[in-house]
Amino acid sequence: MIWETVMGLEVHAELSTKSKIFCGCSTDFGGKPNSHVCPVCSGLPGVLPKLNRAVAEYAMKAGIALNCTITRNCKLDRKNYFYPDLPKAYQVSQLYAPICLDGRLEIETDEGKKTIGIREIHIEEDAGKLIHNPKSGSTHIDFNRCGVPLIEIVSLPDFRSGNQVIAYLEKLRETLLYLGVCDCKMQEGSLRVDVNLSVRQAGGELGVRTEMKNLNSFKAIARAIEYERERQIELLKSGGEVVQETRRWNDDKGVSYGMRSKENAQDYRYFPEPDLLPIFIDNEWLEKICKSMPEPAHKKRERYVHEYGLTEGEASILTTHKNISDLFEEVCKKSGEPKETANLILGDIMRMMNNTATLPENLKIDGRKLAVLISLVLEKKINRNAYKEVVEAVFTNNAEPADYITEKGLIMVSDDSVTTGAVNTVLADASNTGAITDYRAGKAKALGFLMGQVMKKLGGAGNPEMVKSALEEALK
Amino acid sequence: MKFDMNALELSKLIKAKELSVSEAADACINAADKNRYNAFLALNKDSALKRAEEIQKKINAGEEISPLAGVPIAVKDNISTTGLETTCASKMLGGYIPVYNATVIDKLEQAGMIVVGKLNMDEFAMGGSSETGNKGAVLNPWDSERVAGGSSGGSAAAVAGREIPLSLGSDTGGSIRQPCAFCGVTGIKPTYGSVSRYGLIAYASSLDQIGVIGNNIDDCAAMLSVISGTDNRDSTCVIEKPFDFAEAYDKRLDGVKIGLPRNYFAQGIDGGVKRAVLAAAKELEAAGAIVEEFDMPLTEYMVSAYYIIACAEASSNLSRYDGLKYGYRSPNAKTLSEVYRFSRSEGFGAEVKRRIMLGSFVLSSGYYDAYYKKALQTRALIKQEYNRLFEGFDMLISPVAPTTAYKLAENLNDPMKMYMGDIYTVSVNLAGLPAVSLPCGFDEKGLPVGFQLIGDAFSEEKLVGAARVYQNRTEYYKMKPGVAK
Repeated sequence: MIWETVMGLEVHAELSTKSKIFCGCSTDFGGKPNSHVCPVCSGLPGVLPKLNRAVAEYAMKAGIALNCTITRNCKLDRKNYFYPDLPKAYQVSQLYAPICLDGRLEIETDEGKKTIGIREIHIEEDAGKLIHNPKSGSTHIDFNRCGVPLIEIVSLPDFRSGNQVIAYLEKLRETLLYLGVCDCKMQEGSLRVDVNLSVRQAGGELGVRTEMKNLNSFKAIARAIEYERERQIELLKSGGEVVQETRRWNDDKGVSYGMRSKENAQDYRYFPEPDLLPIFIDNEWLEKICKSMPEPAHKKRERYVHEYGLTEGEASILTTHKNISDLFEEVCKKSGEPKETANLILGDIMRMMNNTATLPENLKIDGRKLAVLISLVLEKKINRNAYKEVVEAVFTNNAEPADYITEKGLIMVSDDSVTTGAVNTVLADASNTGAITDYRAGKAKALGFLMGQVMKKLGGAGNPEMVKSALEEALK
Repeated sequence: MKFDMNALELSKLIKAKELSVSEAADACINAADKNRYNAFLALNKDSALKRAEEIQKKINAGEEISPLAGVPIAVKDNISTTGLETTCASKMLGGYIPVYNATVIDKLEQAGMIVVGKLNMDEFAMGGSSETGNKGAVLNPWDSERVAGGSSGGSAAAVAGREIPLSLGSDTGGSIRQPCAFCGVTGIKPTYGSVSRYGLIAYASSLDQIGVIGNNIDDCAAMLSVISGTDNRDSTCVIEKPFDFAEAYDKRLDGVKIGLPRNYFAQGIDGGVKRAVLAAAKELEAAGAIVEEFDMPLTEYMVSAYYIIACAEASSNLSRYDGLKYGYRSPNAKTLSEVYRFSRSEGFGAEVKRRIMLGSFVLSSGYYDAYYKKALQTRALIKQEYNRLFEGFDMLISPVAPTTAYKLAENLNDPMKMYMGDIYTVSVNLAGLPAVSLPCGFDEKGLPVGFQLIGDAFSEEKLVGAARVYQNRTEYYKMKPGVAK
């Protein structure tokens, strides 16, 4: 018997607006508990929400990028339920008229190309966090996250394999990052994915689905899908039935547990939020947002090849993450040297990122400093070794290139007499007699060794070409 | 009593230095301290006296603050006041001390008014008699065995009893106008969206509106000018600039067309109320107005639509009182679910629980379309009808309540009877319209009768003008409890 897996995704993305959805509090992650709160986001009696327009704009950007129709008169609704992390006991969300409808995203996997339908994108507010203290058995509430804006991107049940899910999420992540609407840090919870999954015999009726939560990485998602697919198939094979329920994935144990079934499902008693006016999106506003849309990744790749003469391979690596392509474009613009910039980022920068396990989203490096270094090396003010050294210092310690170079004496020595002096000293050194003999005997490699000695004498700042010709001249 | 005068007179004396701000505040604090009508729930003694001195200094320095500078006021207990216990007359919010001021409080303080205390009400503004609060019923100054009306009963009784010259109330379905009628004082329920609701502890967000209660229309208008206007913390407050009543008419109403809903007087209305309200219509006619009768449509749906919408919103608005963050927490609760269940069961009174349950029911899946959605459609029709009426009329004249003040506890166990008492007031809130409530005589028991003038959205200037004309021609608003009859 052939089983088919049918999946749909609900992706919550925290918007990277500076302030919260209904008040001026900061959205920064990781502040001291309850340090980013005010009467509004902590839901004190009598407060009213005031919509942050940037939230609607970010949602519109996501909707436009995902080929949605923008709802011109969209409304907010209240979703009512009791939980200690929800101080108003209702979440402002959208049920009846979400801001974006009917979108799609093209994905590509080994199985080929596929279009995933997007049912809607709606705006909502995040809840706070409960912190359990296992020692005292007490639970504390941190409202910092209360009112951080979210969009929920709801797909159609168009996925048939875990690969498709991951391909969609990667593409979605790339899109949101490019738009600058979400930083997509799964470990900080700014991107959260719920997977709705059912299985059926190929071509048969849709099966009963479960919803999986607490998926904290793409890897976890892939594992959870595999686990849930197997679990449902085993159940059905043995004559059992799948129960419609919410399940919680435990990544350490590699299993999921049922949290609540449909029978216990809450009635959220949605109704229109009376404290907020509908969001009316007129042509002018929509056009303004359309014009402000950043270039999508695939367009960027084409441009890098045509405009900058990069290879397709180089272009696609540089556009895997917005932080990387932003850095590339900044350095490029400031140095005017696309090829050199690409080499620097694809080479030294990525190597150092690998070595330090720095993720692209956490990359923080001053593009101006890199541009300065590129100019210095191309103008032969520093040599390649010094260049590498300073790049590393900028990457690890945010060093100021000019200061670092002066301090370490890395300005290239382009003075003939100094170079000749160093060459003479090295050649006069008895310990180098062997190498000199070797070179004269036709062993070209020996010149490299001698050059190294001269460079050492020059504190690493010698001009390689000058050193080489001076040595060759002296050894004639 | 030195203090037995209206607010604008008082501020004139203060400005002329014939009376100090502290003396005025002190007189109110003493009256509030005696609390003869149980109108006050909390007193702001120390900080009020401190504020009085600050305002006095400014006045002495010749600073022009506002026409109401130095006037003591009191505030319904569902309006948030920094540092001053705000309970909505509920055990649920016992001990809750807000950390922020409602926008209206900030505006009143900037205008130099002194908040001396918080006023009793129906619990969470749910009721028409001010008997459901956890600190007992407000007594009607005209007859202490009778209710003051509600839910802003404390706000009306304190003004009627001359304990305070001006007060703030809130009106969700008649909660300013009806107690004004029962206590023989003047009140304005402004257009929805003309006064910020920020800091008004919500009962039904789409209907709630803060308004003013005083001894005459000029005092009320002066205070409304101060509190109206935009507020960037309330996006439903859509008014462009504060009301200015300087130009409102005060002599004649020539050519002003007033509609009189014939069917409001047909049945279920006390004879004394009917006589007094029709006499008021005659008085307006005598001042030049053209009064025309019409049949108010949809009256049989108004109370139902109102209670469905108000309770639905209330069920959501009152969910935040969960026993976890502030106010009452049941000492008997051991688990999270018990904290919710016990705290809410013990903290809320019967009427509040009735409305939460009703509201939860009409929003629940399977019933939403049959009740809540239908009520919204009814509301839209009522709005349409009012729009149509205001194409022909400048304003409407109507009774405020079918009866005068009833005996304490008389209607407490008959919610349907209590709800039907709102028949003349709720449609104004459903349509978001302004109305003024004015004393217009007494019934055979010597109890005050009130009438209301209802206007189109943001037509407060017209209403205040008509009220001025009416009060310039009549003496009812000057009557004091114990003096009339």
